[in-house]
Amino acid sequence: MKRIYMDHAATTPLAPEVLEAMIPYFSQRYGNPSSLHSFGREAREAVEEARAEVAALLNAEPSEIYFTSGGTESDNLAIKGIARRNRKKGRHIITSSIEHPAVLEVCKALTREGFEVTYLPVTKEGLVEVGAVEEAVCEDTILISIMHANNEIGTIQPLEEIGRLAREKEIYFHTDGVQTAGKIPVDVRSLGIDAFSISAHKLYGPKGAGALFIRKGVRIESIQQGGGHERGMRSGTENVPGIAGLGAAARIAKENMAEESERMRSLRDRMSGWVLKNIEGSWLNGHPDKRLPSNLNFSFRYIEGESLLLHLDALGIAASTGSACSSKKLAASHVLSAIGLSPVDSHGSLRITLGMSNTEEDVDYACRAIFDSVKRLREMSAMRPE
Amino acid sequence: MSQQEYNEKVMDHFMNPRNVGMIEDPDGYGKVGNPTCGDVMEIFIRVKDDKIEDIKFRTFGCGAAIATSSMTTEMAVGKTVEEGMKITREDVAGELGGLPPNKMHCSNLAADALHMALEDYRRKIADKKT
Repeated sequence: MKRIYMDHAATTPLAPEVLEAMIPYFSQRYGNPSSLHSFGREAREAVEEARAEVAALLNAEPSEIYFTSGGTESDNLAIKGIARRNRKKGRHIITSSIEHPAVLEVCKALTREGFEVTYLPVTKEGLVEVGAVEEAVCEDTILISIMHANNEIGTIQPLEEIGRLAREKEIYFHTDGVQTAGKIPVDVRSLGIDAFSISAHKLYGPKGAGALFIRKGVRIESIQQGGGHERGMRSGTENVPGIAGLGAAARIAKENMAEESERMRSLRDRMSGWVLKNIEGSWLNGHPDKRLPSNLNFSFRYIEGESLLLHLDALGIAASTGSACSSKKLAASHVLSAIGLSPVDSHGSLRITLGMSNTEEDVDYACRAIFDSVKRLREMSAMRPE
Repeated sequence: MSQQEYNEKVMDHFMNPRNVGMIEDPDGYGKVGNPTCGDVMEIFIRVKDDKIEDIKFRTFGCGAAIATSSMTTEMAVGKTVEEGMKITREDVAGELGGLPPNKMHCSNLAADALHMALEDYRRKIADKKT
């Protein structure tokens, strides 16, 4: 059976060139970058080359890039590191209610260290309002952490305005950019960002590698002590193959971005156009324009998302849902709740995230598969239009 | 995530549910669940000579909700009203070879819908007699 992967916000396949860039560092070039000999040198060169490539993707300086194990660690380092280092200045943090758990749970943990956190609401399209950020700012605010684009609904936040505000008020500004790095242009300078988290496996790189951009001059402390790697910011022997992979992935993403994001946008619009026109009782969650080119988040009335996923899986389509029934905690998606969806409407949600391998043919096949699955489940549903 | 995975039998009942639909003017009807929790089940029965002659269901819910509904109807058909009342949620889960633990409670309500349909039937019979 044909299998079509449409869950690229969860993870992406490794690009063949990325794998190629990684392989030597598992075998022949296995040196420890901290070693002074030639083995260490070649590993160190790979790490520094990758650092330059990641910096280029974000319009940062190589010296502002710190390698981590992934998006979650980058978020932990940015938020805990900035909060703890600046606690004498203040103890208030502003974030949004639709952040990834890697931000929300870190903020929650910091409240146990005496920090206070404001979780900003969002509009029904999933936008954080700059006015609301401004209102939340107080004397004690030391950090604003707002994601670039949401992983579930794809809404892109007005970072530039938030960044400007943060600079005016002299508050550090962190952004979880896991869903945008490599997909849409990111310029940490023009966006006014102090710290930006990225993850390799969301941009056709390997799992277990990520990076944090920290603007030069930001007061931050390490959260992992040891041998002082990454200029003391992140101890632990570098994951050289992973870092080489992240560097290659960043380079390829930058080269292909303009063309690929246009292609994604066209596939996305083709799909939403067809689905919304042909399936009654369906709508798109998130923002109509301020949206990742690869993201679709539908809701279908009278059916439940896990059932829909399983039917689609049987037809070879891999997607995801915000339905409570598919989550470990049996709770509806916090993002869908925050944009005002009732639990019933979150139940029928379907997230499609497109990627490099998807073609027009795949999209058309997926549209039919969604149509058929929704129809079948509605036929057996105990809910229907009254 | 093994705790969220369904076994083959559950998947079979989910993908190919038995007795889907409704019965016009049923002898008994039961509906349980609430859409906020994510599962709503309806059971329709036709009873002849005290036996469940025909049974149909409609379910809004996850894989487990649909599979347990299907299995419940399969277990109930041909049984007497009394026997039908004795089918428990645990029996249904057992007959399916088990459910993921987090689905045992919320999505395994079909037996309740069956009991409600059987009670509805009994009430109708009692009403007719009086």
